[in-house]
Amino acid sequence: MDPISKFLSDQSHRIPIGPWGKAFFTFLTDNFNTVFRAFSNSLNFLLDGIVDGLLLLPPVLLIALIALLAYFLQRSKGLALAVFLGLLFILNQNLWKQTVETLVLVVAAAAASMAIGVPLGIWAAHKPKVYRFMLPVLDLMQTLPTFVYLIPVLTLFGLGNAPGLIVTIIFVIPTSVRLTHLGVTSVPKSIVEAGEAFGATKRQLLWKVELPSALPTIMAGLTQSIMLSLSMVVFAALIGAGGLGTEINRALGSRRIDLGLEAGLAIVVLAIVLDRMTRIGVGGKK
Amino acid sequence: MTVAVDFRNVDIVFGADQAGSLALIDSGATRAEILEKTGNVLGCAGASLTVHEGEISVLMGLSGSGKSTLLRAVNRLNVVSRGQVLVKDGDGTVDVVTCDEATLRRLRQKQVAMVFQQFGLLPWRTVEENVGLGLELAGMPEAERKARVKKQLELVHLDQWAKKYAHELSGGMQQRVGLARAFATEAPILLMDEPFSALDPLIRTKLQDELLQLQAELKKTIIFVSHDLEEALKIGSHITIMEGGRIVQTGAPEDIVLRPANDYVRDFIANVNPLSVLTAWNVMRDRRDLEHGKDGWVWLDRRKTTRFKIDEHGLVAAAERDGKPAVWVSCADVEGQPEEAAQVFWANPGTSLKTVMLAMHRSQTAPVALFDDQSRFVGAIGIRDVLSAVLRR
Repeated sequence: MDPISKFLSDQSHRIPIGPWGKAFFTFLTDNFNTVFRAFSNSLNFLLDGIVDGLLLLPPVLLIALIALLAYFLQRSKGLALAVFLGLLFILNQNLWKQTVETLVLVVAAAAASMAIGVPLGIWAAHKPKVYRFMLPVLDLMQTLPTFVYLIPVLTLFGLGNAPGLIVTIIFVIPTSVRLTHLGVTSVPKSIVEAGEAFGATKRQLLWKVELPSALPTIMAGLTQSIMLSLSMVVFAALIGAGGLGTEINRALGSRRIDLGLEAGLAIVVLAIVLDRMTRIGVGGKK
Repeated sequence: MTVAVDFRNVDIVFGADQAGSLALIDSGATRAEILEKTGNVLGCAGASLTVHEGEISVLMGLSGSGKSTLLRAVNRLNVVSRGQVLVKDGDGTVDVVTCDEATLRRLRQKQVAMVFQQFGLLPWRTVEENVGLGLELAGMPEAERKARVKKQLELVHLDQWAKKYAHELSGGMQQRVGLARAFATEAPILLMDEPFSALDPLIRTKLQDELLQLQAELKKTIIFVSHDLEEALKIGSHITIMEGGRIVQTGAPEDIVLRPANDYVRDFIANVNPLSVLTAWNVMRDRRDLEHGKDGWVWLDRRKTTRFKIDEHGLVAAAERDGKPAVWVSCADVEGQPEEAAQVFWANPGTSLKTVMLAMHRSQTAPVALFDDQSRFVGAIGIRDVLSAVLRR
């Protein structure tokens, strides 16, 4: 072996990335355990409460309400009917409880990542320097294999819906940041200048010019966030988040093709329903 | 006349090394040299220009000459590196370069409005919402705003289109919306950055005419950027020609055409039809330069075919052509006059050269006299004066 390779692979020279990371998380668990646990307990309580509340309603009534919401969002009777039939199919497959759990998790994750991601995206769009620092972090969040951050999240927050929600948010936020950034930076210069020339304050410029102009892109970010959240459902189930993901993991563990197919189709139906319902302002009114 | 906007030694440099670039400007470096040495782009240098109230002042030049850059200094869309831009604000003036943000916003909302080449309309808003933008930003209550917007839309004949979205309109209509938006704030100063360049020629001419009509009523101070000399000559009361970021010549349209300052300006005007600019005043010979005879007789032309007898008040007492008595008739009536040798036409200083030529044609190349408002004789135009003006010799 050549001397450089030999030197580098000598284990006494190894850069202790793993131990550092472990030490960092040990430090967090040792000192702030109560904080993290309190946070995850209240989050679990909240999510479970919403799920239980929704399950109190007769399934057909809830399905009808969702179909009605679809109609009000998109003004399309066809869509409302499709939503109604799709969700009835899930009910028919006896996966309603799991679907509601997944639905709550996905909607919460998408809402939280929009609530955090949109302001971050606006900030990054106004400050190119900030974006330059943000970019590698976003790349890391999207490319680091999910299993790798399942472990620390598990140690910090324990099992349950809350850690499932947190890993989903970590995975989804970059999308809403990126699309918001794209939307705001691609507002035509001529209309920004028009706003400035007529004496807009920074805030007026944001609310009356930049955000309306970026809205279609930001809404595409919402749709993407929901889709990505759904794709995280199976992983989140590994650390105790309930729902359809649990069914799929169980099907995998016991090699049940039938169960896997049923739960998988339910996710697909849910994905299509949510996607069509949230296409607001994307190729909308002409 | 009150000064509305006063540019004083304005330098604008885009880039990081402001101090280095300004030093190069002072040493007379060109834009290319500054770019090479500092990496900065020279917007404009040493620009001084005074725009009076009620004027249409046109900034002219090829693309990259700095005309838009200078215009955008008035509402600080471009930041001035050095110099002053004084804008009239009520009874006082404000230096836009140094004023604080609040003052700048007030100026933009109430004193200076702008019309853009690419219209700059907000596509998700209806026409009336676009027109009301400036008023909305200034915090005007909705009822008052609606009334003002309605009035403006009527002014530009778009009241039928109030509820349409901007992108549903043709280019010409969109720019009318842009105009209405600028007029709606009732700002006395209007910045127009090549507003008609993106329109096809017929619509462009129509909007120019409409602008002139509106201006006759509204009497705004307009700074207008154009790269089209015909347009500048048509609408400008003053024209400023820029090259490479510097002002080359400022003057009335006919000054530019008759006395171009250098070859750049001469190239610019080479294709301009002098008939569309020049007036009788520009080509006449002053009465003092004419040949005087006895008893108050004055020869109007060098060939001595026509003479006037001028009384002590400067009025014409008698006319003679080819030795026979003649009548003198206004150019304004030239169309209705029979062609005959016994008449001499007269014009006012503002009469177009075209009309003067028509009068000469009708009177078999007789000279045309020039009278002032009180009908006093001030000068004459012979055929040679016309020919040399048209040929620019």
